[in-house]
Amino acid sequence: MSVLVDEDTRVVVQGITGGEGEFHAGQMMEYGTNVVAGAVPGRGGEEVHGVPVYDTVTGAAEAENADASVVLVPPAFAADAIFEALDSPVDLVVAITEGIPTQDMSRVKKRLGETDKHLVGPNCPGVITPGEAKLGILPGNIFSSGNVGLISRSGTLTYQVVDNLTDRGLGQTTAIGIGGDPIIGTDFVDALSLFEDDPATDAIVMCGEIGGSDEEEAARYIDENMDTPVAGFIAGRTAPAGKRMGHAGAIVSGSGAGTAESKIEALGDAGVPVGDTPEEVADNVEELL
Amino acid sequence: MRLHEYQAKEVFAEAGMPTPESVLAESTDEVLDAAESIGYPVAVKAQVHVGGRGKAGGIELAESDEEAREAADSILGMDLKGYTVERVLVEQAVDFVDELYVGVTMDRGAGEPVAMVSSEGGVDIESVAEESPEAIAREHVDPAFGMHHYQANRAVYDAGVDRAVASDVASVLTTLFDLWEDRDASEAEINPLMITGDDEVVAADAVMNIDDDALFRQPDLAEMEEAAAGDDLEAKANEYGFDYVRLDGNVGIIGNGAGLVMTTLDLVDYYGGEPANFLDIGGGAKAERVANALDMVFSDDNVDSVVFNLFGGITRGDEVARGINSAIEEFDELPKPVVVRLAGTNAEEGMEILNADALDIEQTLEGAVQRSVEQAGGAQ
Repeated sequence: MSVLVDEDTRVVVQGITGGEGEFHAGQMMEYGTNVVAGAVPGRGGEEVHGVPVYDTVTGAAEAENADASVVLVPPAFAADAIFEALDSPVDLVVAITEGIPTQDMSRVKKRLGETDKHLVGPNCPGVITPGEAKLGILPGNIFSSGNVGLISRSGTLTYQVVDNLTDRGLGQTTAIGIGGDPIIGTDFVDALSLFEDDPATDAIVMCGEIGGSDEEEAARYIDENMDTPVAGFIAGRTAPAGKRMGHAGAIVSGSGAGTAESKIEALGDAGVPVGDTPEEVADNVEELL
Repeated sequence: MRLHEYQAKEVFAEAGMPTPESVLAESTDEVLDAAESIGYPVAVKAQVHVGGRGKAGGIELAESDEEAREAADSILGMDLKGYTVERVLVEQAVDFVDELYVGVTMDRGAGEPVAMVSSEGGVDIESVAEESPEAIAREHVDPAFGMHHYQANRAVYDAGVDRAVASDVASVLTTLFDLWEDRDASEAEINPLMITGDDEVVAADAVMNIDDDALFRQPDLAEMEEAAAGDDLEAKANEYGFDYVRLDGNVGIIGNGAGLVMTTLDLVDYYGGEPANFLDIGGGAKAERVANALDMVFSDDNVDSVVFNLFGGITRGDEVARGINSAIEEFDELPKPVVVRLAGTNAEEGMEILNADALDIEQTLEGAVQRSVEQAGGAQ
């Protein structure tokens, strides 16, 4: 079992004819993902890595019976690409693109709320169910199959934590990179509830960071609604206020909202052990299991 | 990107917002000319990106040539919280009877914008929010529709704005929201919005921050961006295309990916050291990029040691190692000790390839950070 994606997921890659799109479509296929089509306006009828390209996402999804899309298009066009996917038959949209204007994402989020679909990202590495499918740009080889669910706002930090888990033989059901932007689709609470309902997931790791209050809301949700144990990690303890730390969403506001301390405290109060180092996160997972 | 007050006021005035007459000046003579053309009394206001300018002595009122000269002499060239004042805005002083606050920002938790009005203007709105949150009326706005007129009215009446000016204030709020939206702002704020004795409303200050990710479609605003004043290293990082933040410590940090670099900073602190910077070199590890990153941290005089933490994903560890090796060839001798730690795809191959004569190689993130902290003088 897993959440969001598995070996049966049929994927359309939006932007498959671009440099990034073509490269990562190839990587996804090499990993075993069912990439069944590409969608690029004006490029219908072409082929990339042996899969057909369609002019529209709906055209691709209908012809190839696809149920998920991966958005690998430049930031200026990415919000439109997400709207298109939300207006097509696919149920899951994974948006990798970094640098989408925040107001565009605000409109996307509004539309998303009017559908039953899942959006993961943007500004994220994607979703992987080890051994079955990866939708995005994660390095497949570091993941291994197991019973730990993983949720993270950051790409390389996820890889680091996975590395520590894998070193101890702790594999993953699914890893979800939810993205480092201020406004994202699937948030911690959404992802936690997916794992809570997955019988194969016996423990969950959530890697948060400074900015916003998603982690605090997740803590409340865990406290009130969850049985599956959760281990936490929060990046940005040393970040100064008012500075954007790489991710558009990773900023402690001038008034001091969104600090690591506040998140660590909220998680601690909800009974979630928060590691001081990635190694300690793996220790905590071992204990929880 | 944050606009200066004079830039934001140009944008405001263009949109029909009532703003006082003003002129930008760079010398005492220019201040005097401006004051004469506007007519006394005038306010002389420092144009630097610093909050609380008034309290820090960056705003002076002048009622005569003599006072304008004094104000210009004291403000031009002054150091305001680390920024040298090079320009002032000379502005018609508004004779007000009341001060309001109006603002629009993105509520990231709600995922939609929020418009705000408060009758307690002219003071720090963050402290109003903390001490008397009921004094701020808030309206969340559906981003698909924009702000409805009734919402502007409701915010104004809820805030208890004087009925004589309510309709004008609602119209200012509507204009401000439209500007916020049209110009891809993350924040737009007027504090204070002044009310005069004859019930005129005037935007006496203007704050506008633009979403960096939207500058590509706001070319005229992008042109207003100036080289980061105050810190040469941050300007250099901009040139190299790095995400960089300077801190006060002495352990230089280079890594890939925002979360992992933040974690490396946190670990330096955890093991008793003090991080000197945040530097994310992004994906891949081309020799030129690595060399530029090393150049950046080496040119920070505070740095005593460097920890280089890279996680190879799609970019394999052996490629990364070759990039690092050829980057260090650009330096005759590394001026500061550099600890390298690679992880992820082909990390072991990578660590074998790394130039062990020039670099200290560590197997784990924790080990690498501890070693670098020691090289910088040990735990504080």
